[in-house]
Amino acid sequence: MNFDYTLFIPEFMLGGLAALVVALDLFMPQLRKSWLPYVAATGLAITAGVSLAWVNKQTNFAGIVSIDNYTTYFRVFFMLIAAVVCLASGRLVEDQLRHPGEYFGIIILSTIGAIGMAAARELMTAYLSLELLSFSLYILVSFAKFDARSNEAGLKYLLLGAFSSAMFLYGLSLIYGVTGSTYYGDIASALSRGTHDFSFALLMALVLIIAGLGFKVAAVPFHMWTPDAYEGAPIAITAYLSTTSKAAGFALLLRLFGGAFQVVHDDWSWMIAGVAAASMILGNLVALQQHNIKRLMAYSSIGQIGYLLMGVAGLSHNTASALVLHLTGYMVTNLALFVVIIAWYNLTGKEEIVDFRGMRERAPLLAGALAGALFSLAGLPLFAGFVTKFILFQAATDQGYYWLAGIGVVTSVISLYYYLQVMREAFVSQPAEGERKLQVPYVMQGLTVALMAGVFYVGLYPANLFSVIDNATRFLFV
Amino acid sequence: MPRENDGHAKWLALIATVAVFATSCVLVINFDRGAGVSSSPFQFVSQATWIDAGIAGFDVQFHMGVDGLGITMVILTTFLFVVATLVSFSVKLRTKEYFTWILILETAVLGVFSSLDLIMFFLFWELELLPMYLLISVWGTGRKEYSAMKFLLYTVAGSAFMLVGFLVLGFSAGPVRTFDMVTLSQSSIGGSILPLWVIFGFIFVAFAVKLPVFPLHTWLPDAHTDAPTAVSVILAGVLLKMGGYGMLRILITLMPREAHRYAVWLASLAAVSVIYGALLTLRQKDLKRLVAYSSVSHMGFVLLGIAALGQVSMNGAALQMFTHGLITGLLFVMVGVIYERAHTRNIDELSGLAHTMPLTATVMTLAGFAALGLPMLAGFVAELLVFLGSFDTYTVPTIVSVFGILLGAGYILWTIQRIFFGPPTVRWAHLPDANAWWERVPMAAMTLAIIAVGVRPSLVTSVLDGGIINIVKAL
Repeated sequence: MNFDYTLFIPEFMLGGLAALVVALDLFMPQLRKSWLPYVAATGLAITAGVSLAWVNKQTNFAGIVSIDNYTTYFRVFFMLIAAVVCLASGRLVEDQLRHPGEYFGIIILSTIGAIGMAAARELMTAYLSLELLSFSLYILVSFAKFDARSNEAGLKYLLLGAFSSAMFLYGLSLIYGVTGSTYYGDIASALSRGTHDFSFALLMALVLIIAGLGFKVAAVPFHMWTPDAYEGAPIAITAYLSTTSKAAGFALLLRLFGGAFQVVHDDWSWMIAGVAAASMILGNLVALQQHNIKRLMAYSSIGQIGYLLMGVAGLSHNTASALVLHLTGYMVTNLALFVVIIAWYNLTGKEEIVDFRGMRERAPLLAGALAGALFSLAGLPLFAGFVTKFILFQAATDQGYYWLAGIGVVTSVISLYYYLQVMREAFVSQPAEGERKLQVPYVMQGLTVALMAGVFYVGLYPANLFSVIDNATRFLFV
Repeated sequence: MPRENDGHAKWLALIATVAVFATSCVLVINFDRGAGVSSSPFQFVSQATWIDAGIAGFDVQFHMGVDGLGITMVILTTFLFVVATLVSFSVKLRTKEYFTWILILETAVLGVFSSLDLIMFFLFWELELLPMYLLISVWGTGRKEYSAMKFLLYTVAGSAFMLVGFLVLGFSAGPVRTFDMVTLSQSSIGGSILPLWVIFGFIFVAFAVKLPVFPLHTWLPDAHTDAPTAVSVILAGVLLKMGGYGMLRILITLMPREAHRYAVWLASLAAVSVIYGALLTLRQKDLKRLVAYSSVSHMGFVLLGIAALGQVSMNGAALQMFTHGLITGLLFVMVGVIYERAHTRNIDELSGLAHTMPLTATVMTLAGFAALGLPMLAGFVAELLVFLGSFDTYTVPTIVSVFGILLGAGYILWTIQRIFFGPPTVRWAHLPDANAWWERVPMAAMTLAIIAVGVRPSLVTSVLDGGIINIVKAL
């Protein structure tokens, strides 16, 4: 047994950072509150740098947590997302929410949970990490205490989240019953010995686990909470919900299904494939009807989850790499889009799609980024969305899921329509009388430019990133 | 560029388009006309790996180059973009942005005509959508947003089919998976999950939307009518040719056996397009809509020439694409000139314009004559070649299509008679003629080009031949 606590240095640093941010807020009121997001983001960036020390080192902590390239990739990935969200929510927290220290502290803590989900190779650790992330999110969603919508969203999210956690946990306990172990590696070897006496229990367990995780990543038919939670949450938390929470769910899915259940691939792949198809179709069709940008993004994310699940259905080393690549591209794009939405909301206080009218005149940089991000989500060339979707669909067809890829292509075309509706408001509709050009804060400008650079980088030359990811996903199947 | 200097944008755009045109002229002059018979027909090739086969399991290459067909389209494109820039000199709304989109559009179209990799081809094909959508929906007239969206949805739906087709083609090519058109045309495509005839149908749909072929043409009149003049010129002159070009370069070349199976259907569709388009043209009241429907009819000739799968007929089809680009481009320029002054395109309202706008009337009449296929003007040779080439193979569709010419003469002459030579009216008595230099230069250049190609078609066909020969060889 290897009890090397130095493996967790980045997590310890995050914990310390969370405590520091809360303490700064509490004990140094003379320190201007507007500094807190920069403290948090700097700390996150430094920690991300530190975690690069574990590149190409495959070690584990008592078999329950594996620190390999896959973990390192997601460590850096989650910390950078959290840093962006912290920076982007500075104004919002100052103006509309109280207790900035707690807000940033909880975001940082939730990142630890997300990293744990990617790193865990043992069921209980995975579950606890998932809960750490989920509880942080319950609080964050309802953080706007004086906004009824936020409270309602938080309550819905909490109830459905608790319900899904229970299902997931029940599924895990059945797995323990069938295989006699909670370690992924032991589960895989127990399953490959193939005692079929428990096949019904195994099936139940898989159903429950998929349903539980389906809730967390908001796949159809477990998606009902998403639009309400997205709409009610403070807008920066909506961004956080649609990025880290989804990505962590997929990090866990890949690790669990690749490490433990790959041997019984045939027993669950059809379920995931069905969920993927339903998500793609329903998410993209319902999105056509939306008028609120947050609800639109909720349904669009449901559709995107469908594309990603396609990669889980035909799980192999190749599809896992393609999935993580698409996930990365999608997250960068989504963050860029949300930064634009947050900046626009800060300046105008509006979040309906029609309120985007005249953005091209009033904030050209934001409008440009909005257009780029929307086209990337729709999967048009030059932007990240095209290349990553292309590679993902190709990987899925390689595994024989032609029909899923077909649905993916068709729903991508449908999605272009509603993304264009948003763009039309921003570009074609003229601003109303007396609406003047807006001064976008430098932080938001910088974030927008940086994230759009990321979108183009992935879209134009994904080869480097892809080989890094390919190196990381190799460790999923050991 | 600061807002006060909006006026500079058009000059910058003009310099850019002229420079590109000059470059393409240099390419044409240096183009080896003998190639294609013995060596590779593609010239000025540049190649680099974009997505590596090592990790993704397939290759996507940055592979560009032109053969005789490609370079003909390239020179047409660069020429028409100079024209489009000139006729846009009167644009006042959001000038900088307008010319930015025009130049991006040019990049996309040139990319389509010189890509030698299916994925690159698709990228540029899609890249063209965004500028077109914005150009129509912001700078258009009438129901512009509706038309722009319709254009976009038709094309995107088509290109979704195209992408599926390309993917299956690329992944079922043996022995290596590749999207390289040159390699694909030499390797056997087999063992794919979809039968080849389905793939052929998929890809055909995308090109048929663009060309357009009946019954997928309905976006075209709307888009044309509501687009600004320059965009109409480009749409009719260049974008429709992407459909025909794609058929020649990809459909026929990569799937010759399926092309033979489908040919009779294509020829029938072509005949229907010709006659249906012409009949609809006859009863249009809006000048732009009229030219738009006549394009449907003329593109039918292109499809007929392609369907006949012969050296002569395909030469005719390619030449028809080139000449139609010039002629219809000129017609749209003229319609733009009239609309800018009269503020109406309704044929019933216009009358006797020849009295006040003699130059406009002369040039438009000449363009009309070229469109109806008068000998010594560009349109004639192309249509003649198509009919000569296709008569033996598809006698009935060819005979039917010839009636399209007759109808064409009808609608062109009737229109010209109504708007220019009717009784002069008080309402139009003070209409100025085309007087700005930026209107006269493109008019003169296009007229000259139409006459030159009409008198000496070998100017174009000698270049085209090298590309077409190679396509025919593969059949």
